[in-house]
This record gives sequence, structure tokens and C-alpha cells, in this order.
Amino acid sequence: MTLSIGFTLNGKAVSMEADPAERLLDTLRYRLGLTGTKEGCGEGECGACTVYLDGLPVNSCLVPTYQVRGARVETIEALDPVQLGPFLEQGATQCGACTPGVVMTALWISAHPELLETHTVRELMAGNLCRCTGYDGIVDAVATTIGEVGEGGRGKGEA
Amino acid sequence: MRVLLADRVPEALGLLAGDGAAIPVAGGTDLLVHWPVRIDAHDRTYVDLSRLEDLKPLRWSDRELVLGGLTTYWDVIQDERIGREFPLLVRAARQVGAIQIQARGTWAGNIVNASPAADGVPVLMAYDAVVVLESGRGREEVPLDHFYTGYKEMRRRADQLVVAIRIPRRPYSYQVFEKVGSRRAQAIAKVGLAVTRSDAGWRVVAASMAPTIRRCPMLERLLEQRVQVAHPGDLVPAITQDVSPIDDVRSTAEYRRRVMARVLYDDLRETCGWP
Ligand SMILES: Cc1cc2nc3c(=O)[nH]c(=O)nc-3n(C[C@H](O)[C@H](O)[C@H](O)COP(=O)(O)OP(=O)(O)OC[C@H]3O[C@@H](n4cnc5c(N)ncnc54)[C@H](O)[C@@H]3O)c2cc1C
Ligand code: FES
Ligand code: FES
Repeated sequence: MTLSIGFTLNGKAVSMEADPAERLLDTLRYRLGLTGTKEGCGEGECGACTVYLDGLPVNSCLVPTYQVRGARVETIEALDPVQLGPFLEQGATQCGACTPGVVMTALWISAHPELLETHTVRELMAGNLCRCTGYDGIVDAVATTIGEVGEGGRGKGEA
Repeated sequence: MRVLLADRVPEALGLLAGDGAAIPVAGGTDLLVHWPVRIDAHDRTYVDLSRLEDLKPLRWSDRELVLGGLTTYWDVIQDERIGREFPLLVRAARQVGAIQIQARGTWAGNIVNASPAADGVPVLMAYDAVVVLESGRGREEVPLDHFYTGYKEMRRRADQLVVAIRIPRRPYSYQVFEKVGSRRAQAIAKVGLAVTRSDAGWRVVAASMAPTIRRCPMLERLLEQRVQVAHPGDLVPAITQDVSPIDDVRSTAEYRRRVMARVLYDDLRETCGWP
């Protein structure tokens, strides 16, 4: 049994047949060639597979592909490389395994600065694990993209 | 495996009734962790709820807040009015995983997944939430504190969907939610507590302390009767009657009882005028 689905991927309409057990992460990587999205844990813990689903960051390893029918999906490939600047400058990336997921969540935060009235950067980034950088560089890079180092920035987080 | 897609609630109810063992899928944050992607032989049938638009919105009336069957944690976190009137819902939602889980995980999924360590269930129970179930045979309402009958057992038939969660509006003079875990984010509770006080009385709800999340009638009575408590140890007899924690990978029964006593004591001390 397969399911016919259509959705918008990085602004373009896509239609395909999906196996009911297929995860969005595998659809993106192995069927659509978008390998920027990474798999870490495969269980929703690490955030390496973060994509936007209808504008919110989600773990694509936990999304069955058939559930994105009619929805809007955006991956790291849709971003402008210029937006990576602060991450390189702040040493927010080392091995890079977490980086696509980190960048997706970070840029979502910068697109919604109002969230920082109620949340710290650290709380909002808590679903993205990084085994290399120790997070300070990441938090600083996010603060830079938002254009305000300080509140919600390094050391003040709650997560 | 088979997945049946539905766009309307009656359609989904028909699919569930047609296959006695079909499993509803909402945000998938519990189900996908055990998804049959790595299993070769599986013959399960799932019914997808994710497109049931009528289950998404939450509603307010004079007397209650009604969460939809697909309302997510993020929907609640974003709602300023909920933050004012039912702050524990927001506080608990912010403790569930992180944004990627909050964006997908639903309150109904948390209820039906029936983990004794869940974070959504205790705060709903402390607000006297009522689970609204629907099937082709009609509607039924079960107060959440009567919903669970044993470990992962509940008053929901396989053909029923949770279509709404009703929460009565009341002024609360006291409300607190505590999650004791190994780290702040993305951790499963070793001890969870939700305590409220309104005209309807005290509610003390414990998570990770018994096979199900449950209210603690002895502790509630102790608070109702304004019993003087001199130190955390005085709470242990009531705790021992109310809950039955176990030793597991996350913690021991003894640790859980002591932490629960300590956290309750510290939380309630000022309000109750304990020394
Ligand atoms: C990384 C990670 C971290 C997590 N952290 C937490 C945490 O901190 N605290 C916590 O409490 N939980 C946590 N969870 C568990 C999970 O996110 C929640 O239990 C969530 O609320 C489940 O909702 P869902 O919509 O994703 O459920 P699903 O996975 O879609 O379904 C869960 C169960 O509910 C049933 N179901 C769903 N909706 C309905 C309905 N409307 N009617 C009838 N049955 C229904 C399904 O059949 C299934 O049995 C975590 C999960 C992950 C992967
Ligand atoms: S691979 Fe999806 S969260 Fe880790
Ligand atoms: S840079 Fe290596 S895991 Fe983050």
C-alpha cells in the first residue's frame, strides 16, 4: 500500500507516492536528494533532523511523510548561506553534525524575536543537542542574528 | 502496515469502528519512536488524525476552556489568556521535550499514551479536566481523575477518539507544577507534582509515583483540614497511602517518596503557614 500525497517543499509543489511507514527525514534525504537534513538519534531527542512544518520547527524523524500532505515543508536547503555568517564567526560549529538542525531552530527564533519576551534562547534551543561546541557559541550566534547580545544570551539561559 | 487517512471526524470514527484494532495517530511523538520503519513484518492499521481541522481549535466559554482533540503544547504556550487563567498548562507544556516536540505533541496524545511520567496529564487533572470521547455510538465524558484504571489502562474503547478536553474556569488561590528530572529540558520526570486550590478544594496530583498519574486523597484531606506539618517527614505517611512508587532506571521508590515530601513541603510551607 502506498499513499498519494502532495505538499510544498521549499516553495515548490511536490507530489509523490509514499509508503505509510516512511519518515519525512528519509523522504527528504533519500528520495528527494535533500541531504542537508541530518539524522542523529532517530528518536526525537537531538534535533539534527529539524525542518519547518507549516512554519514551526519539528523533528523530521518523527513525522510520517503522509502527514505533510497539503502542508508547507522547509529545509536547510531553502536558506540563504549568508545567514550562516554568525555561526561561522562565533565558532558555533565544529564537526557540523548538529549544525543544520541548530541553524534551522536558530533562524526560526530570529524570525520570531517576540518569543524572547517569554523564552530564553537556551530554552528554545534545548531540542538541539551538540556534542562539540558547548552551546555558548551557538547561543551567541543566535543572539547576533537577532542583533542583541545580552538578554537571553550566554549564561542567562534556563535550559 | 496500513494507514487510513481521514479529513473529517465522522470519517475517522467510521474507520476506527471498521477495524477494531486500528490505532489513531496525532502528532506521532510517542508513536513514531516505536514506528515500524525498522520492522519487516507488521500488520497494524493506523488512522491518521492530523488533518481533522475540527479538532484543532481551542475554545473559551463563560464556564470553561475546551482544548481540541488535536490542540498541541505550542498552541497552549502561545495563548496569553491560558497563561493568565491556567498558568500550569503553559508551565507544563514548556517542560515537554523542546519546541520540536511542543509543536507536534498533543494533549489528547499525552492522555491516551498514558505514561505514568507524563507532564500534560498532571496539570489537566489538577484543574479537574474532563475527557470528551466520541465514537459512532455517541459522546461520553470521563473526568480525567477517573480515566485511568491501571498501568496504561483507561476508560477509552478502541473505537473512541478524544475529541475535546473540558477545563472548568475557576479562580485559583494556589497553583504549582513541579517536574523533578535529570536535566531541565527533554527529560522524563522522576517525580511530577501539580497542586491547585480553588473553591472546589485542594487538588494534589502526582506523576511517576504510581502505575498511573493520580490524585492524592490523603494529602488533599490533610491540606483541607489544615493539619500542621513541622517538617517534610510528616507528609510521608499520607504519601505512602496515596502512591506506590517503584525502583526503575530513573530512580528509586525511596528517593521518589522523599523528594515528593520535600518538594511539597517547600512549595506549601508559606501558603499553609508551616514552620
Ligand atoms: C524527544 C521526546 C521528548 C518527550 N518529552 C516529553 C515530556 O517531557 N513530557 C511528556 O509528558 N511527554 C514527552 N514526550 C512524549 C510525547 O511527546 C507526548 O506524550 C505527546 O503529548 C504525545 O502526543 P502526540 O500527539 O504526539 O501522540 P501520538 O504519538 O500521535 O499518540 C500517542 C497515543 O495517543 C493516541 N491518541 C493520540 N491522539 C488521540 C485522540 N485524539 N484520541 C484517541 N487516541 C489518541 C495514539 O493512538 C497513541 O496511543 C516526549 C517525546 C519525545 C519523542
Ligand atoms: S534524528 Fe530526529 S531528533 Fe535526532
Ligand atoms: S558541532 Fe559537532 S555536534 Fe555540534
